[in-house]
Amino acid sequence: MFGPLVSKPGSSRKNKTGSWRIESKPNFLKKNCLGCKLCVLVCPENCVKETAKNVFEVDLSYCKGCGMCAMICPKKEIEMVKEDKSK
Amino acid sequence: MNNSVYSPGHTACAGCGQSLAVRLVLEATGKNTIVVNNTGCLEVFSTKYPESAFEVPFIHSLFENAAAVASGVEAALKYLGKKEQINVIAQAGDGGTADIGLQALSGMMERGHDVLYVCYDNEAYMNTGIQRSGLTPLLAHTTTSPKGSQSWGNLRPKKPMPEIARAHGIPYVAVASIGFPQDIQRKVKKACSIKGPKYIQIHVPCPLGWQYSPQQTIEIGKLAVETGLYPLIEYEYGKLTAVRKISPKPVEEYLKTQGRFKHILDKPEQIKQIQEIADTNIAFYGLRIEEQPAASAA
Repeated sequence: MFGPLVSKPGSSRKNKTGSWRIESKPNFLKKNCLGCKLCVLVCPENCVKETAKNVFEVDLSYCKGCGMCAMICPKKEIEMVKEDKSK
Repeated sequence: MNNSVYSPGHTACAGCGQSLAVRLVLEATGKNTIVVNNTGCLEVFSTKYPESAFEVPFIHSLFENAAAVASGVEAALKYLGKKEQINVIAQAGDGGTADIGLQALSGMMERGHDVLYVCYDNEAYMNTGIQRSGLTPLLAHTTTSPKGSQSWGNLRPKKPMPEIARAHGIPYVAVASIGFPQDIQRKVKKACSIKGPKYIQIHVPCPLGWQYSPQQTIEIGKLAVETGLYPLIEYEYGKLTAVRKISPKPVEEYLKTQGRFKHILDKPEQIKQIQEIADTNIAFYGLRIEEQPAASAA
């Protein structure tokens, strides 16, 4: 076989792309959640997960802070909060 | 336990429509899939050596030959008697489909290989720095069709790729948009249930090339469909079987969301040119909700 081979599937997980976030991160309020799972569906990073029934968490070690989950949430349950990463 | 097919950690920009579309497509096809890729943004951000975001077998060869390699993979699977269980997907960006890879794609469709070809249409060569491609829309600003005192941006309208694919008489041609994620998955599942060459084109907004803020990706995808500039259609064996009906919005609503059209926003003549494209689409596919019930049945 020619060319470089990557034998381990999903090995990009070792890139912690969460360091790319520049201003804000999503905060899940967990009050009026409908459980529609749109936030899981639209996350381009595939890092929003359902941890328990209708409880959703974002994996901040990968989240790039694009804010698509906050935009699509029908209950406005996800807010983008400023974070200071200099600390 | 781990049902993921596309893992985090890939190096796409924040808010990338393409990385979302890839995951939706792969979730719809499932684990038993072999992915063949053209060069492009997708290949570069998902398989940065020595890592891979894919959790399914993945092959990348050259810029233009995803369709040709996929044909070979399909033929080998057929010989081994395993084609029934395994889906073969060839995927490419718009440049790799409409410009560079068109002959390989046309050959694949003509030979009738059982492959699903997915084109992620972000309307320019984004990976190399936003050069215009055959699928760049009229009057869009790119680095090789810049706006300026002598230029309004891209001179030519989009190449009608779905119509070119339809003309091959293949079993299934569909256009989808990232604005409607469930619709993408429905179309991919439908395509996988059909034998023969299939072509799906997905509209994927690009925050970098189109110059908008990342959270608007879904909204802009939706607006392109609702203005009639990106009709969602399905062809089966050359016949139009389904369209997404819309109450058309004026094209300004779509254009004003993006920096690449900023230079024409206060120029009614240029906006009229784009509105004409939308009106032509609406009339041709019968997209309007109230009128023309006969056109949808055709």
